[in-house]
Amino acid sequence: MEALTLLQWIFDTLTGLGLWWLAWRALASPQLFRAVVLFVAFGLLMALAWVRLDAPDIALAEVAIGAGLTGALLLAALARLTAAEKAQNVADQSGKRKYTVRTSRWLPAALLSVVAAGLAYSVLSFPPSSAGLSVEVAANLDISGVSNPVTAVLLNFRGYDTLLEMLVLLLALLGVWSLGGLSPPRAAPAGLVLDTLTRVLTPVLILVAAYLLWVGGHAPGGAFQAGSVLAAAGVLLLLAGWRPHPGMTQLPLRLVVVAGPGLFLVAALFTIVMGRHLLEYPPERARILIVILETAAALSIGTTLAALFLGERPRDKERP
Amino acid sequence: MTPSDYVAAALLILGAVFFLAGTVGLLRFPDVYTRLHALTKSDNVGLGLMVAGLAVQAEPWFVVGKLLLIWPLVLLAGASVAHLIAKGAMQRGVQMWRR
Amino acid sequence: MSPAIFYALVGVGLFCLGLYALIVRAHLLRKILAINVMGSGAFLVLAALAKRTANAAPDPVPHAMVITGIVVAVSATAFALMLMSKVAAETGQAVLPDGRSE
Repeated sequence: MEALTLLQWIFDTLTGLGLWWLAWRALASPQLFRAVVLFVAFGLLMALAWVRLDAPDIALAEVAIGAGLTGALLLAALARLTAAEKAQNVADQSGKRKYTVRTSRWLPAALLSVVAAGLAYSVLSFPPSSAGLSVEVAANLDISGVSNPVTAVLLNFRGYDTLLEMLVLLLALLGVWSLGGLSPPRAAPAGLVLDTLTRVLTPVLILVAAYLLWVGGHAPGGAFQAGSVLAAAGVLLLLAGWRPHPGMTQLPLRLVVVAGPGLFLVAALFTIVMGRHLLEYPPERARILIVILETAAALSIGTTLAALFLGERPRDKERP
Repeated sequence: MTPSDYVAAALLILGAVFFLAGTVGLLRFPDVYTRLHALTKSDNVGLGLMVAGLAVQAEPWFVVGKLLLIWPLVLLAGASVAHLIAKGAMQRGVQMWRR
Repeated sequence: MSPAIFYALVGVGLFCLGLYALIVRAHLLRKILAINVMGSGAFLVLAALAKRTANAAPDPVPHAMVITGIVVAVSATAFALMLMSKVAAETGQAVLPDGRSE
């Protein structure tokens, strides 16, 4: 068993050092495109760290949302930025010599070393083993309606956090739309390869999302991972040049985007009206409630993230 | 370790060797097109070997089925993305490396 | 030192690295990248501390918080990229204008 522990230590050390190195290169790289690509690679290495920490749900969410969708958003923003800079004929993208803050860099570096040392000391002074809330969660898992403890915490025990998170996602979309929206990513007409890829992959992605949603009840998976796979399908469609039918972007799009947080709010009001605590589901209905809420949440998350990638505000009927 | 563990370990290590070869190609080849060539070919084989190694160790048949579904999807996505990158590079006028 | 504490220290390092880049870099896209790196560091600390349970299964509550945090981080990134595009459309470069000229 000694060799296995040594191998695990080598793996952990390489992963940790790799994470630091990738983050440093991503933040210090003079070309922005390279920085974004290194950031996506950093996200993928983080997924390895999550698996090493026995957190497969987080690994799925990180790869899909943290590395994939954030990478797509960053690349789309970089494309718009390059277009804007070309339009105004300003060239410098290095952000290095001319634009750093006027104080020297040694002061932030010294202060942050002190902060890092303090944080490291406080991390090292935590008790080496602590059960946390896992005992309580395991004790109440059978009345929660699912058997995956992370899904139980997300959708039942801490459903309030999930409700607020979905409202934050909706707020981001509303913020982007109310500031006038962004120009859509420049879509040259899709060649044959992209077209065929999209046609083949979109049904597969929808199936995978439905599977992730269903399997999240008893294995790693769940609404956020399923929603991000749906968002990936949406991003692929948008990149291939598909736009939703103009009739669909008025009420139906808004209904789908609001359905997730809306249903959560309705469930919350329902539980208060029935005299229980906020979002305390009755145990015999917990399973069906979680299924309904998860489906609505996945649809909302997917649509909202794809709409954030597109950026373009849906045109109202009055304005041309 | 049972014989199937040895077979799985051998397949996984062989897959890792292919990935290493692809990464060496990424670092050493002179332009975008040759790098894409090295990456897609060796990474596809490497992933196939790794999936095979994991499928040997997996017990239930539906887990094996899910694992074997990963490889064609990555093959499809990898080949299409390599084509799109190469097409984009050609449209931007990236010259092919000549000796 | 258990793997959990090791990854927590890695997270602390990432957080401070991101904070340094946030302070020092002026380009807005780099600041957004730095904030994301800081977020990843904080999530690592949370999930690493969740692995300190004595038996096999880690504590699921910090895992749920990290998943929530990842979604909130992507929403904030999307909105911040929007604001950066507006600044770039106004001034031609993605740098916040200074109070006094260089």
